[in-house]
Amino acid sequence: MDITWYLVLSALIFAVGVTGVLLRRSPLVILLCLELMLNAGNLALLAFSRSLGNEEGQVFALVVMVVAACEVVVGLGLIVAAYRRRIPLNVDELRSLRG
Amino acid sequence: MKEVAFFAGAIGALGGAIAVIGLRNPFYSVLALIIHLISLAGLFLLLQGEFLAAAQIVVYAGAVMVLYVFVAAYVGNVDEPLWEPIPGQRFIAPLLGIALFVELGIAIVGSGLRSIESEGPTVELGFGSPEAIGTLLLERFLIAFEAASLLLLVAAVGAVVLAARKRPSEEAG
Amino acid sequence: MDATTYGWLVLAFPLAGSLLIAFGWRVLPGRSAGWIGTAAIGLAFCASLGALFEILDLPVEERQLTDSAYDYASAGGLDIQMSILVDPLSVFMCLVVSGISALIHLYSISYLTSDRGFSRFFSYLNFFVFSMLLLVLAGNLILLIVGWAFVGFASYALISFWYRRTTATEAGMKAFVINVVGDVGLVLAALFIVRELGTFDLLAIFEAAPEEFTTNESVAVVIGLLLLVGAAAKSAQVPLHTWLPDAMEGPTPVSALIHAATMVTAGVYLIARFHPVFEIALTAADIAAVVGLVTLLIAATIALVVTDLKRIIAYSTMSQIGYMVVGVGIGAYSAGLFHLMTHAFFKALLFMAAGSVIGAMANRQNIDLMGGFRRSLPFTSALLIVGALALAAFPGTSGFFSKDEILAVAETRGGFYWTFAIGGYIGALLTAAYAFRIGFRVAFGPPSEVAHDLERGVDPHAEPQNPATGEREDTDVGFPGEKHAIAEDAWPMKIAMSVLGLGALFAGYIQVPGVDHVLTTFLHGSFEDSALYEIEPTTADAWRGLAVGGAVSLAGIAIAAHFFLRDRAAAASLRERLPWLHDFLERKWYFDELIDACVVRPCLACGRWADRTFERYVVEGLVGGTIGVAKGANAAVRLAQSGYLRSYALLLVVGFCGLGLYFLVAGS
Repeated sequence: MDITWYLVLSALIFAVGVTGVLLRRSPLVILLCLELMLNAGNLALLAFSRSLGNEEGQVFALVVMVVAACEVVVGLGLIVAAYRRRIPLNVDELRSLRG
Repeated sequence: MKEVAFFAGAIGALGGAIAVIGLRNPFYSVLALIIHLISLAGLFLLLQGEFLAAAQIVVYAGAVMVLYVFVAAYVGNVDEPLWEPIPGQRFIAPLLGIALFVELGIAIVGSGLRSIESEGPTVELGFGSPEAIGTLLLERFLIAFEAASLLLLVAAVGAVVLAARKRPSEEAG
Repeated sequence: MDATTYGWLVLAFPLAGSLLIAFGWRVLPGRSAGWIGTAAIGLAFCASLGALFEILDLPVEERQLTDSAYDYASAGGLDIQMSILVDPLSVFMCLVVSGISALIHLYSISYLTSDRGFSRFFSYLNFFVFSMLLLVLAGNLILLIVGWAFVGFASYALISFWYRRTTATEAGMKAFVINVVGDVGLVLAALFIVRELGTFDLLAIFEAAPEEFTTNESVAVVIGLLLLVGAAAKSAQVPLHTWLPDAMEGPTPVSALIHAATMVTAGVYLIARFHPVFEIALTAADIAAVVGLVTLLIAATIALVVTDLKRIIAYSTMSQIGYMVVGVGIGAYSAGLFHLMTHAFFKALLFMAAGSVIGAMANRQNIDLMGGFRRSLPFTSALLIVGALALAAFPGTSGFFSKDEILAVAETRGGFYWTFAIGGYIGALLTAAYAFRIGFRVAFGPPSEVAHDLERGVDPHAEPQNPATGEREDTDVGFPGEKHAIAEDAWPMKIAMSVLGLGALFAGYIQVPGVDHVLTTFLHGSFEDSALYEIEPTTADAWRGLAVGGAVSLAGIAIAAHFFLRDRAAAASLRERLPWLHDFLERKWYFDELIDACVVRPCLACGRWADRTFERYVVEGLVGGTIGVAKGANAAVRLAQSGYLRSYALLLVVGFCGLGLYFLVAGS
């Protein structure tokens, strides 16, 4: 398979992730969509790494995974804290910064 | 053979992705993401990224997703209201997604990059093996490695602080 | 040290004194602020003497020296230096100003000793002397205007010294506003001068003027008239004179210094200094002399009628300055300046004596309440009579020689100038009359209540009140203090008054016609380029003039004696027979009402109209309109700030797609 296929697939997954962020209201699901986008990026990185014959892309993807893990940890911590304080888990309810 | 594997992985990944954004119950979304991740691990294997495929399964689909499962169970089923407060968001969002995909697609296919028009060069046997990745991590990308571990520490501490229960004295007040 | 260094010292001492007192008044012990102030002016006087001796060492043609401190601005063809001009005229003025000021400072130490604002007074007074010296020493028109403006400010600060009195603050504002009218005239004159002659430097102006202007060329006349406006405002000549009587709200030393001896003579100095311009613009000089004559006569008539002691002396000042303006207007420069000097002596003395009497009366100033202080206040009465004699130009006193010198020069010029001589003699008659109105009323006659008390040894006391309106006051800061100073008790006052008394009696002997002319020779160094300076009456004419003057003076004293000494009822019966005349004079010829109707009311009406139309529509329209536009734009942009995370994300993605589209299109 040409590398192009992998790249197109990665773009598609990314677009799906973006749509999810715009459509869903639960912060948990929004975080999941963020994971989708990050994974799409990882796929693209590996594809290019293979096409160049160089493992640097894979190392990059590994670090992306680390970062994604950290981000998930913090994000979930926020959700848990919000749930404990009885804040509704709906991003549309969090509007106090409106102009 | 490779094509079959590719399409299997692709369909799994795409299906999982669409399921993530489409399913009402967040718990189901988490499960869908796990399927997506495993499919992606398969695709990684096709791209000669063995170590990364393993890391994906162990770290991502394993540890990170377990976190998600825990929180989803803790938080429970939060029903999203059907009515959309922001006018037009329901219609514009998919359109934008499509537009984004089209643009990226045009950029990729119409770019004329020759290196992506083939399968890639023939690589030696140890490509993508743990040794190769490990050597790179500890030699060329040592600083990134260290920084990443620092980041993990910070994130762990931050999560503990964020989710900590209030002390009994504060709660009683 | 050369003369210009002395010149800078003359400026430095009062400024240093003022700043020292201003910044250090909290730490200065007791009444030392007064002594510091007096010492500063005393040192300035010594420096003026130093400058005098240096100047006298030089030959007559070389006596005009300039020195520049620094280049203030030289760009665009203009060269403005911070320079002083030390020449006989400025040294003369410095001596008069610093000498009289030093004595008045000494007097004030006792006079204001119980006033809570003692240090503030001396700081202001020192600053005033500095400004006046700056004015007379300025070698550059810009520096002169700076000194002019400072003097106006100092006058305002000192008139409103007792700032809790509404009458005082209103008087201060009135003085300042009328002075500003004069300032406008002066600045416009400077504008014309620089436009025609291209320079601000005084000596350069005087050299260039005869070459640039033909006699009576209209621009020169305009400059002369504008200078006259400035001089008239500062010297309280008609019609810009209404501020001077109100300025008597200030403490008596202020009246003595500023409104008798120094500030009001600034106008006379200005005309004398700009004599090259006035000798070209002869029309302007003649108009100046006419203004002086009119003021002279009007003020003398009013002084016969008003009842506030300080105001009588104020109108007297106005009248005498009228003489000086006539003098410098007709070209009798040394005579006019001689009268300036003698007037400084006897007028300051009169004010000081009046201050002592007012102290005895516990701050009441109505002359009808006074009388017979001969026995209770012997020193004060004696010096009051000395001052009155000099004012009335009694034969042998300084006023006698100086006033009649002006009139003699007027006669010598002949023709149209006879009006000045005749008017001058009429004025002299009135002057002698009101001078001894003061003298006889206050010193002679049966002792008043207060005089009786004083004779018996009772200290003066009364409820503290505003002398003009009778409002009750207290004695805290912003109002006069509790103790009332009279000269008999205070040796500084005695010393100051004695020195002035000697000057008033004997200073005239430096210009006895046919015998000596010290001042004329000395001032010649400044007036070499003058065509009129040389006009001198013959000795015979001069003595004839003196004889006429003496006779007029004695006649005036006799009139005063009739009305105010022998037959007290005569004044009252005259008032009943001519009530309209009495009212007209007492209302000061209705000048205040005239200015109110012609100037004040139209200005206020204009202001109100502008507020209704221009302010409301144009200014607020512009400002309000700008605000409205900003608010509208604000509201429009605020629509995007919905607070929804997802709509922000949407906008983000829209932007990204747009960007991508642009790059795709641009790249293809």
